[in-house]
Amino acid sequence: MKAKHQRLTLALLALGAVVVAGLLALSALKDQASFFYAPSDVKRDGLPLGRAVRLGGMVADGSVKRAADGVTVHFTVTDGAATTPVVFAGIVPNLFREKSGVVAEGQFQPDGRFVASNLLAKHDEKYMPPEMAGKMHETKTLAPDRGS
Amino acid sequence: MIAEAGLAALWLAGALAALQLAMAVIGIARGRDDVAAAVRPVAIVQGVLAALAMALLIRLFLNSDMSVKLVVENSHSAKPWLYKFAGAWGNHEGSMLLWVTILGLAGGAVAIFERSLPERTLVATLGAQATIALGFYAFLLFSSNPFARLTPAAPDGLGLNPLLQDPGLAFHPPTLYTGYVGLSVAFSFAVGALVTRDVGPGFAKAMRPWVLIAWIFLTLGITAGSYWAYYELGWGGWWFWDPVENASLMPWLAATALLHSVTVLATRDGLRAWTIMLAVVAFSMSMIGTFLVRSGILTSVHAFAVDPERGAFILALLAIYIGGALALFAARIGTVRAGTTFDPVSREGGLVANNLLLSVILGIVLIGTLYPIVAASFGVQLSVGPPFFNKAAGPIALALVAVMAVGPLLRWRRDEAKAVVGRVALPIAATVVAAVALLFVWPGVLPWAGLSLAAGLAVASVAPLWKRNLRRTPMFTYGMVLAHLGIAVSLAGMASDSAFTRETLVAVRAGEAARVGPYSVTLDGISPVIGENWSALEAQLTATRGDDSTRLHPQLRFFANPPTSTNESAILTALDGQLYTVLGQPDAQGRWQLRLWWKPFVTLIWFGGVLIALGGALSLVGRLRRERRSAVRAAWA
Repeated sequence: MKAKHQRLTLALLALGAVVVAGLLALSALKDQASFFYAPSDVKRDGLPLGRAVRLGGMVADGSVKRAADGVTVHFTVTDGAATTPVVFAGIVPNLFREKSGVVAEGQFQPDGRFVASNLLAKHDEKYMPPEMAGKMHETKTLAPDRGS
Repeated sequence: MIAEAGLAALWLAGALAALQLAMAVIGIARGRDDVAAAVRPVAIVQGVLAALAMALLIRLFLNSDMSVKLVVENSHSAKPWLYKFAGAWGNHEGSMLLWVTILGLAGGAVAIFERSLPERTLVATLGAQATIALGFYAFLLFSSNPFARLTPAAPDGLGLNPLLQDPGLAFHPPTLYTGYVGLSVAFSFAVGALVTRDVGPGFAKAMRPWVLIAWIFLTLGITAGSYWAYYELGWGGWWFWDPVENASLMPWLAATALLHSVTVLATRDGLRAWTIMLAVVAFSMSMIGTFLVRSGILTSVHAFAVDPERGAFILALLAIYIGGALALFAARIGTVRAGTTFDPVSREGGLVANNLLLSVILGIVLIGTLYPIVAASFGVQLSVGPPFFNKAAGPIALALVAVMAVGPLLRWRRDEAKAVVGRVALPIAATVVAAVALLFVWPGVLPWAGLSLAAGLAVASVAPLWKRNLRRTPMFTYGMVLAHLGIAVSLAGMASDSAFTRETLVAVRAGEAARVGPYSVTLDGISPVIGENWSALEAQLTATRGDDSTRLHPQLRFFANPPTSTNESAILTALDGQLYTVLGQPDAQGRWQLRLWWKPFVTLIWFGGVLIALGGALSLVGRLRRERRSAVRAAWA
């Protein structure tokens, strides 16, 4: 094989590999990307069942209740226009509190509840997840909680 | 005065970078050797000045100088010494200054130590290095001045994010940055070689040690960052496929590919254009990483400041450098003579497969990382997490492991397929035995494949030493063996952790116990503890396994500046794994939440990472020694 041909073969192989990677990645993205919802999105568009999604908003005032087992937490997420009940079993993040922002990762149930497998609260007092800041601006009824 | 001196040093360093670039251009374009000869000293002084600016910033943090804006916003006088010191780069401006400092020092090191390159190529390399530095000096001076004063001075600072108040902060960012910036040296070498049309084995031999150094530091930085996240975040995970983690993984993948292709170029004079391309890609990944982390576009503990102007600045730099390098590549690549050819079944063939698979993984990680950002600009908010990356990149990574096992057992240039089968028989046998044995404790598809392949790779990685005179085996061969073995060890740890981890989540009163894996964990009591700048509620746990019992003290820690709390996990390391404990919140009935994990062989993940870096260090020393010996021989001849 001549050097020129070998170079061409290698270049084509590399190109093929990158294209395959792109296709694989995009097809996997379709199933695996988890979309972000606010309670009013769910109210408007219906429940996104059977896939992992993120739910974001404020933890409603007075809604946090702990179950008898001591590890399950029930609370309501609100974006000012609608609310969604959430169930979470685990240790809540330190910055999780009522009237403060939260992003829950998990799945919607047919009865409308959201079962969270993970909760993300603000990382620190100055910080708010960009998704949430965006959603807050949309509803315009709640000012982003900027902390201290 | 210290702040003003720091700013002056920074301006001077920036001016020297401009001078360095101008002199390199004149030296090469006009053929003025006298001007070119001054490029080396200028590069050294520029590095020293940048380091001086960094030292002065650290000094300001240590003094808690509250007339400096950056110190006020990110430090507090009551903070422990180590976090004042490391806190100098625990913020946007300081970390960019650290970036530039390492860049300057790397340029200085090239100027001092690089003797094997032709002088013209070296001058072109230092010119390219100065171009990169110039952009970052401009970035610091015009949009991220770390030395800005605050008038009137504040009584005290706002403090440092408690998640960052950990010894890891002293180690993780400098290591990772050395890796990132080391790749800028590889990039500059590639640009230099393109400018002087000097792409060949000599260039590859000169570039290899710098790539190795960058790669070693990236490996260490990623390993350290992973362990830090593991024990600090209290989620029991060691890799989250967080965009910021991907930002460090992507340069590593590109650097790993570059490391292997540069070896083909140095040894066999093949893959010339590809190696140059990879050097450009590797540095692009560093820049993209810096952009992702520093622009505040991401949701992360690393996103210190959300300022669109800064993001745009880094993006512009990225476009200029990468676009410029690619344009140069396109213009000059026609003049790069084709290298030597090789058979598909050969060491070169194996290394090409390695490079292709690494590129594919890199592509997948890149798409997964950038997709949410692209989607966001179309108004769709989504996140891409572990399910995507594991599903898309996992199988290809396992294929890469198979190639890694076979590749080093192939001969250069041409090999007989039959002979190869004989050489890989033992590793394949090890894989099959492990695969069959694991069927009895079925761990799930990916972990099963991972553990089986790890067994095969472990055997295959030491096979290159088989029937060799161990004394006469070159040190860099040991380096390769150790690094590949490290991958096997790390892979075994990852697979074991994802397959066999046991988790318990309970609420218990004092005196009650919970079981997890082979341990029984009893809550003896809770007591308050006071630290240097925090107070905490500390659990006294007794972990019992057979007759052994150990005390563990996870904490719920409260910081006053800024007002935050963190869960400090307590970890018990045994030979066969780790017991990971986290203390949660109390409830109205006097119970405390405990989250416990038993993670068999999880420590192998980081132990493997250290082995990989050690392997890199052995190769580096081996290569440098051999080159010095051949230089001495050439001098005698």
